[in-house]
Amino acid sequence: MQGTNRVVVAMSGGVDSSVAAAFLKERGFEVVGISMQLWDYSEGGESGGGATGGSCCSLEDIHDARRVADALEIPFYVVNMERPFLSEVVDYFVKGYMDGETPNPCIKCNEVMKFRLLMRKALELDAGFLATGHYARITVDDGGTYHLLKGLDEGKDQSYFLFTMTQDQMKRVLFPVGGLRKDEVRGYAARLGLRVAEKKDSQEICFIEGSSYTDFVVTRGGGGPGGPITDTSGNVLGSHAGLFRYTIGQRRGLDIRDGRGPYYVVDMDMERNRLVVGSRDELYASGLVARNVNWTGRPMTDGQPLTVKIRYRHPGAGAVLTHLDGGRVKIVFSEPQKAVTPGQAAVFYSGEEVVGGGWIERALR
Amino acid sequence: MDRKIYFDHNATTPIHEEVFDAMVPYFKDEWGNPSSIHWAGRGPKKAVDEAREKVAGFLNCSPIEVIFTSSGSESDNLAIKGVAFSMRSKGNHIITTKVEHPAVLNTCKYLEREGFDVTYLGVDADGMIDLDELRDSITPKTTLITVMYANNETGVVFPVAEIGEIAREHRVTFHTDAVQAAGKIPLDVKALNCDLLSISGHKIYAPKGVGALYVRRGVRVVPIIHGGHHERNRRGGTENVAGIVGLAKACEIAARDMEEETAHLRRLRDRLEEGLMKRIPHVKRNGHKDKRIPNTANLSFEFVEGESLLLNLDMLGIAASSGSACTSGSLEPSHVLVSMGLTPELSHGSVRFSLGRSNTEEEVDYLIEKMPPIVERMRSMSPLWCEVEKKGVDLSFEEKTCS
Repeated sequence: MQGTNRVVVAMSGGVDSSVAAAFLKERGFEVVGISMQLWDYSEGGESGGGATGGSCCSLEDIHDARRVADALEIPFYVVNMERPFLSEVVDYFVKGYMDGETPNPCIKCNEVMKFRLLMRKALELDAGFLATGHYARITVDDGGTYHLLKGLDEGKDQSYFLFTMTQDQMKRVLFPVGGLRKDEVRGYAARLGLRVAEKKDSQEICFIEGSSYTDFVVTRGGGGPGGPITDTSGNVLGSHAGLFRYTIGQRRGLDIRDGRGPYYVVDMDMERNRLVVGSRDELYASGLVARNVNWTGRPMTDGQPLTVKIRYRHPGAGAVLTHLDGGRVKIVFSEPQKAVTPGQAAVFYSGEEVVGGGWIERALR
Repeated sequence: MDRKIYFDHNATTPIHEEVFDAMVPYFKDEWGNPSSIHWAGRGPKKAVDEAREKVAGFLNCSPIEVIFTSSGSESDNLAIKGVAFSMRSKGNHIITTKVEHPAVLNTCKYLEREGFDVTYLGVDADGMIDLDELRDSITPKTTLITVMYANNETGVVFPVAEIGEIAREHRVTFHTDAVQAAGKIPLDVKALNCDLLSISGHKIYAPKGVGALYVRRGVRVVPIIHGGHHERNRRGGTENVAGIVGLAKACEIAARDMEEETAHLRRLRDRLEEGLMKRIPHVKRNGHKDKRIPNTANLSFEFVEGESLLLNLDMLGIAASSGSACTSGSLEPSHVLVSMGLTPELSHGSVRFSLGRSNTEEEVDYLIEKMPPIVERMRSMSPLWCEVEKKGVDLSFEEKTCS
């Protein structure tokens, strides 16, 4: 099965995955396009997609993907994955906020929907590979070990969202646009006359695009009661409307007028339902603890230096790692970092390579 | 993809060449409106009149008992809503089954929202209904019984003539959706004891966009499409002349070739079924073995997902369909198979092969040759299968949640 020339391309209807499909087709692969339907758009549908105004893999996107597949003359299928998306991504997202964290559904979607479920589909279709439109690269060394690298286009690099990948997956995954810059990708699409050449990039959390995540959380049965806002010494400064409405580092919407601001959200005290705010200085953390750590190859050893990114747009900070028990690690930054946010990913880089990553459990002061 | 094999005739059929030829003049020279009094309308009017006679001949009814519609779905809608609303002063109870086509089921659900009561009869493991249950469901308020003639998914044929008799005893109007039966088994509205009967053009080698409804003289249907005096005020809209001519021609051909066709389909279907069931372990036939239309085989392949099977077959150029309506629409397992008591897993593993006049033994053999390795490969990825076969399993891509 690994020998086959067939590749399933996860087509979202955007320019990147469209070019990924075109690129592979031009190189002689037998390309099969698949769009995942992740949301029920019918009236009164199970996920109630219509009501939230969400646009995840919307019908327009699936339409675009189909039209691109038509233009490329490749077989194209829509597979319905609403249920696992609900249980693995949407529920995770809501629960994250309920736990006082700031979840990252894009990473979860890659991990579960693409590299587990769609990969399975690809193997069922006797494909040797699964390709996506991510800006990242996979290389293999002489020893047969696969390496996950940043996309060549620094500004578009999406390797942060891929830290959960395993050797098994990398063996069978292709990132055809990872070696291209975004403008090259658009140029490629334009040259082939693909309708999506100028289509705008999708926003970060696709299923709540255009509405607020707080409304979404409440609609999905989440939420939580209001409570006090305190400073780091426990003095009450005001009141909050439910911890799930806030994110570490947030400044707006706190409504504290004691003249000693600005205040930033620095912590969530779930036990006492308190929102803890502090000065800009108090937003800095010396390190973090991450859980559910994945290593893309061989695990790093204690004390080995690395660069860690604590959110997608974070430039990366020098750090040292120590293994803890239960698949956890402790990261100590060489310089304190602002707004370490539980629920986001801490992704470990060694130069260009993603060596691993984990989910931030808490900040170390 | 070189080969193209079509085993999905219950979804739609190619247009028969004779049908196409019969229609051509009405796209070209005879373009007039049949309702016109002048020369341009005369030819089309004559064509519609003749078509009505042919369809009436096919159904064994009078031409004035035939209403042309746009589809089987419209015929079902007109029959059910038309009778329900016209009889509303007498009662508001409708009886149908759980395994009807969505055109019937969703029309009934709509009527429930409009204040009607609907009884949905269940089916047994073979997909058959219990006539005593039907009898017991009839109340003084019952105005309509609607039960399909042949099921689109399993091909199971219901005892329509007996149901019609029961309806008549209780003075209840009886409609049957005969869309899948048409062309495959005889349709004689008198022998079937029905008051209304739906057929669709594109299931019998006529084009999409045309259907017909038989309405026995004396049965009143309230129109659902209001307009001019077309179809004796029961269905507005200028006649789809070419489509109607095509439908009539298709009925004519169906009646002419039925005997030969039925034998051909049954031989191929049985060959397909036996071939697959012999070569692939853990395959279950869905639906009564004998009481079904001759062209349909519905098989459940345990431990595999029907959808993936279909995509694999498609990539070999073989067209079939799954128990569920379509790959992207509903996630729900087939309501028909679930009503028959299949587990959701078995229902998801079902594939429907529906044969047609152009299929050959060689095509069936090609399927029988190609399918076993696909099923075997897919099963080798299923943890459940590996458990059954007591083999090791590579769980690297195992789904955490079974959906």
